[in-house]
Amino acid sequence: MFSQEMMDSIKKIEATRQSRIGADLRRMTADEKEKLLKEYHPDFVEDGFSTLEIGPNKGDKVPHELADLLQANSRLLDLDNYKDLSELEAELIEPDYDVDVLIIGGGGAGASAAIEADEGDADVLIVTKLRMGDANTMMAEGGIQAADKANDSPAQHYLDALGGGHYTNKPDLLHKLVTEGPDCVKWLNDLGVMFDKDSDGNMITTHGGGTSRKRMHAAKDYSGAEIMRVLRDEVMNREIPIVDFTAAIELILDDQGKAAGAVLMNLETKEILIARAKTIVIATGGAGRLHYQGFPTSNHYGATADGLILGYRAGAALLYADTLQYHPTGVAYPPQIFGALVTEKVRSLGAQLVNCEGEAFMNPLETRDVSAASIIRECRTHKKGIATAEGEGVWLDTPMIEQLHGEGTIEARIPGMMRMFGKYDIDIRKVPILVYPTLHYQNGGLKIAADGMTDIENLFVAGEAVGGIHGRNRLMGNSLLDIIVFGRNAGKNASAKCKAVETGRLSLKHVEAFAAEMAAAGIETEKVSPLLLPSYTHGREND
Amino acid sequence: MREMVNVYIMGKKYTVPEELTIMGAMEYAGYQLIRGSGCRNGFCGACATVYRIKGRTELQACLACQKQVENDMYLATLPFFPLIKQQYNINEISPEEQLMMQLYPEIYKCIGCNACTKACPQELNVMQYIAYAQRGEFEKCAEESFDCVMCGICSSRCPAGISHPQVALLTRRLTGKYLAPESDHLKQRVEQIASGQFREMMQSIMQKPLEEIKELYNKREIEQ
Repeated sequence: MFSQEMMDSIKKIEATRQSRIGADLRRMTADEKEKLLKEYHPDFVEDGFSTLEIGPNKGDKVPHELADLLQANSRLLDLDNYKDLSELEAELIEPDYDVDVLIIGGGGAGASAAIEADEGDADVLIVTKLRMGDANTMMAEGGIQAADKANDSPAQHYLDALGGGHYTNKPDLLHKLVTEGPDCVKWLNDLGVMFDKDSDGNMITTHGGGTSRKRMHAAKDYSGAEIMRVLRDEVMNREIPIVDFTAAIELILDDQGKAAGAVLMNLETKEILIARAKTIVIATGGAGRLHYQGFPTSNHYGATADGLILGYRAGAALLYADTLQYHPTGVAYPPQIFGALVTEKVRSLGAQLVNCEGEAFMNPLETRDVSAASIIRECRTHKKGIATAEGEGVWLDTPMIEQLHGEGTIEARIPGMMRMFGKYDIDIRKVPILVYPTLHYQNGGLKIAADGMTDIENLFVAGEAVGGIHGRNRLMGNSLLDIIVFGRNAGKNASAKCKAVETGRLSLKHVEAFAAEMAAAGIETEKVSPLLLPSYTHGREND
Repeated sequence: MREMVNVYIMGKKYTVPEELTIMGAMEYAGYQLIRGSGCRNGFCGACATVYRIKGRTELQACLACQKQVENDMYLATLPFFPLIKQQYNINEISPEEQLMMQLYPEIYKCIGCNACTKACPQELNVMQYIAYAQRGEFEKCAEESFDCVMCGICSSRCPAGISHPQVALLTRRLTGKYLAPESDHLKQRVEQIASGQFREMMQSIMQKPLEEIKELYNKREIEQ
């Protein structure tokens, strides 16, 4: 399946492989890393960003594509069956759903929140624009961090995540993440997640980029899928109602400005529905499908930052919305899976990043931002990438894994990767694969306190839609952990809080107010948001 | 000009670039997918698809995001399939053979046709894992079914009405919770944290000035 040029380059990789095995690849110094990031990381590409002109983060920079949606028209202002907003507002007194806790989003964070809210005896409703479980959680391959080994501690985990996050993580959120980590892994284990263990029950743990202890727990390379299918099953066992193929298109506040529900739209019939709730959890995930700076993405189909739009329009502030994670190893070839994730576990198991000359140009276990920037430099400046139809890439030397750990390791530990490439006649046990950074994770998001609540009373956020836990760069394995820790946290607190909530009169005044603010700032746009789904044409317009 | 092929989406002919996946081809043809598109990466099972190449009798199955189009491919998406999912309380069941008899007795009606295995886009040995479930060999079933994306194609082909993915999921949860050895170090660590054992260590790090934290980070020992 590889081109002749690629095959020629592979010969050079094979020629240097033996000498690279066991070679001590130096880690970069703090100064080297800083310089590299400033020059090559997409977060530092100035013309990729715009300054917000209105809203709680006025004056802050965010990617153009996000700014365009944050400062776009509400879908409520142009609904087919409603003359104007007041006609819709008149319907708010007779909601279609009336619940204690409304959870928007059906991924790992939403499911965890739902289970805990149900455990707290709340009346829970999950709405999700695709199916329950269609989420980035399902695609998290590598693993989940937790400091549960004898040589490790929550403090060590804290230090790793803080340094990896360039010391910008919110201390109280990070403290919660690492301290509750082991309990969350145990919670998953007790729900029946099949973690990789040895015959004595010890969790098999590995390194991830930027970890100082081997604390990456995995379920082969289906870690997120295994977690998601168990959580989904548990939600169903508890008979928690799920309204699928239905998107939240605007939050509803009450007359005191507290969150009190959401306007929903059935994506298939376009029917508008009103959900009233005492507390709300936004668990809508990331933004990869906005394709910032033209990058491909490893994210699922619905990752369009909807929760950020809903929250921002209702007055919730964002934090670090200008920082994204580009996973260093997205698929560069073949084109059918361009941008798909090659799990970091491949590097955890020892595969090196190698240029077209067969040189290992970096230590493969640097943090993700540093690794991504280093690959971009290797291609753009050092000109040692390998050309592909979609751009270029460097080699990830997978056959090394079998040499390091024995034959059969790839099939046992990263079967998903073997299958994904195998479908295109690439046997990753025998040949290396081509990779290039892919848009992977939204480091920033809505700002919360340690109880999971935003600045808006009764509005909680969990999962990738939260900003601050990981600072400006997230370590591998901390997002699966974050969705569980903060999903459970939001579910518990949202159910506890709803007992005392007296919802006032429902209102959509904030939608009008935001439109007025846009007009006052002279923002005129055709765009409506949230985006809900991306649209792809695969070059049809050029054929 | 790209190489083009003819495909028949739900019977209707479209001419599409040959390098596209089935999902890409549908989008090229002008569909904006609501159903039938999930992770687009082979993990979620949202895009189950059956197809037949013109002139061949064999009915094949795949995930639309993972399969490249072929000329004269007649395809139908199967974005939902009604599986039977039995309710149970994971804390109140035990991994014994009769559990399957109670929850999914239809697995004992398997006629051994192997249509499930032939249809699996993940190339799992589906009939074999059902056989393990029948015999109460839940760990084997869990292992054999581990890569299941729950797309439901197997069940669509089953004359016995078995919901294979749900049977397999039950055995995996039983394995994870009851059959795999317990992780003592995990249990112990949870207890240590609850008793406040790490509180002081954590506070001491959190209170340090930034420069000291940086120093600690840059000089931290990395486990080999």
